[in-house]
Amino acid sequence: MNKVSVIIKREYLTRVRKKSFIIMTVLAPLLMASLILVMPLMMMSGSKEYKKIAVIEESTSEFGNVIPDTKDADFEYLPGADINEMINKFESEGYYGIVYISPLAINNPVIYSKKQPPIGLLEHISGSLEKEIEKKKLLQYNIENLDSILKQIRTNVSPVTKIVDEAGQTTETSTGVAMGLAYLGGLLMYMLVFIFGSQVMRGVIEEKTNRVVEVIVSSVRPAQLMMGKIIGIALVGLTQFMIWIFLTIATVAILRGTVLKTGNMTEVTQNITQSVMESNQVNVPSVQEAQELSPELAEFSKVFETAMNQNWLLIIFSFVFYFITGYLLYASIFAAIGSAVDNETETQQFMLPITIPIILALFVAIGTMQNPESQLSLWFSLIPLTSPIVMMARIPFSVPAWQLVVSMALMVVTFIAFVWMAAKVYRTGILMYGKKTSWKEIWKWLRYSG
Amino acid sequence: MPLFEARNITKRFGDFTALDSVSISVPERSIYGLLGPNGAGKTTLIRIINQITGPDTGELFLNGRRLQPDDVMTIGYLPEERGLYKKMKVGEQALYFAQLKGLSKSEAMKRLKYWFKKLEIVDWWGKKVEELSKGMQQKVQFVTTVLHEPKLIIFDEPFTGFDPVNANIIKNEILFLRERGATIIFSTHNMSSVEELCDNITLINKARTILEGSVSQIRKEWAGNEYEMVFNGEIKVPVNGLYDILEQNSENGKTILRISTKGEISSNEILQTLMKSGNIISFNPALPSMNEIFIRVVESRN
Repeated sequence: MNKVSVIIKREYLTRVRKKSFIIMTVLAPLLMASLILVMPLMMMSGSKEYKKIAVIEESTSEFGNVIPDTKDADFEYLPGADINEMINKFESEGYYGIVYISPLAINNPVIYSKKQPPIGLLEHISGSLEKEIEKKKLLQYNIENLDSILKQIRTNVSPVTKIVDEAGQTTETSTGVAMGLAYLGGLLMYMLVFIFGSQVMRGVIEEKTNRVVEVIVSSVRPAQLMMGKIIGIALVGLTQFMIWIFLTIATVAILRGTVLKTGNMTEVTQNITQSVMESNQVNVPSVQEAQELSPELAEFSKVFETAMNQNWLLIIFSFVFYFITGYLLYASIFAAIGSAVDNETETQQFMLPITIPIILALFVAIGTMQNPESQLSLWFSLIPLTSPIVMMARIPFSVPAWQLVVSMALMVVTFIAFVWMAAKVYRTGILMYGKKTSWKEIWKWLRYSG
Repeated sequence: MPLFEARNITKRFGDFTALDSVSISVPERSIYGLLGPNGAGKTTLIRIINQITGPDTGELFLNGRRLQPDDVMTIGYLPEERGLYKKMKVGEQALYFAQLKGLSKSEAMKRLKYWFKKLEIVDWWGKKVEELSKGMQQKVQFVTTVLHEPKLIIFDEPFTGFDPVNANIIKNEILFLRERGATIIFSTHNMSSVEELCDNITLINKARTILEGSVSQIRKEWAGNEYEMVFNGEIKVPVNGLYDILEQNSENGKTILRISTKGEISSNEILQTLMKSGNIISFNPALPSMNEIFIRVVESRN
């Protein structure tokens, strides 16, 4: 065991002392922090990247002015303009495009532009036109006080979700928060396993191409070398991760204190920052959420409250558990692949079968956020190669205890089996040179004795 | 009692037999040559001795005891495929290897200082390995191989990559290690170094032992009936039915003569005949070089 610790120490120290490690460790949180600060800044300041869009209406003038401006598009009604003429010159006159409304085909306005218009813009145009058309149709019924009636009937339903536990206690939850956490847990797991796993592979290849490996395995068992490397790299990853979290929080705190002192702005930033801190990662849903809720900060604190109602202990425990077992499982496969090849370019044929379950898991995890109870999610959260990612996505929506236990038990059994098999392949692979390795070859190595 | 013994070692990789019942017995404080053409199975045998792989059948003994996993501490190994971590500093790296062999840091430090001074590589302690020439790297590697003072040291092609001066330094260090009590197994294609260094050899070809014994014995056995002698001054050698003249050279006032005798004739009879021709300074049975023996044995088997 003592020798393994010597190996872990070397693997750890040589990586941590590298310039690239130090640079990445310092720069990444700075980038992340500025992203966190700049994003709301961009959203709040209503970026001046205006698109000017011409609105032309054929023969009538009922809809020309109904499309309101948005923060990045101005709609300019050109009464009486000729559409054929405009098509030829809208760009030179500084318009992004034309919305052409004809009373003959009121449901199918035409949008002319040089580029494919973004979906948001289309939705905005169709939405405002629909509303106006509906209003016009209602008007035909000659209802008195239509305006005030319309105002009165406008409602906004927002369901509150409460989870009932065994004892009949209810806890208020938020599907949005659960989705955010699911997304985050799955994605983070994917990144960690993949990035550090492939580092293990590169380390093994380095030792093999340097021809240093045979000297080492005359002192330690190949399995000890492999485990030392896997653990050492895991520690490097954890170190980097901790520093990132710490530096990101520190940078945001400092920047917020000094640079941004404008009232509302700061509050929003603060909220976004907190939500991001909460999850340690920039995550799109939470930022979008923040954007939508920004005028109503009270709403926002409610989100936090419900976020706190999540079973954090379980989430953190599961994350650590699945990270360790998932990483060991994949890292040992990566180590076996590294041992079987002579250089990195040869790894491709072996990478594909490993990438497929990971990518698959990621897709299922995304699907899980829509439908956490699906059969697909259930099975993928039990199968060990995909369970770390998919189960992490399921946990925020609460998972039956037996499923969690089965998934974890399978995971433990599988990772032990994989480490054992990988060690066998590794033992033979590291001493093979100049032979193009095939899957058949690896299968043979698995069955070699001693 | 031999220090190391391997008995009937067989190792197969799938259908391929790498070693077929090979045995070697290495006397204590000797240098044992492991010879054979490429792919004969030498490296596999060496890996088995180092417990990097295990034999399918056969037994290994060190000091009369069965070889144990812990014995790697008393074995030093310089593989043919050797290298160092390129980005790591020389001193750090040497310390790392020493610690893997079970030395404490302080003890390793002490011994490294001694060896670095001895091989005149102290100045490279803080340099990265990639800054060193190949020969320099080999020296560092040599130090890491012997640092834990192993009883049994295995050198696989130790002289490749060295210039003649440094090769000589390493050769002397190997002899010095034997002086101090180490037993050495030495695998090489360089036959002149086998003649110079090895006490005993085993020649492996296609997974089997085809020749073994002490170097001097083997050379005598393969000597046949050739003699080499040196005369003072230029002479005329009588031609008769006793021998064939293989070679006759005169230079610097001396004549070198190589003959091969015909039939059962003792060296005394030859001497008596040739004494009449001139003043003989030396007379030796002409021993075939290990190189010749190697080629002859391997080719006869193929």
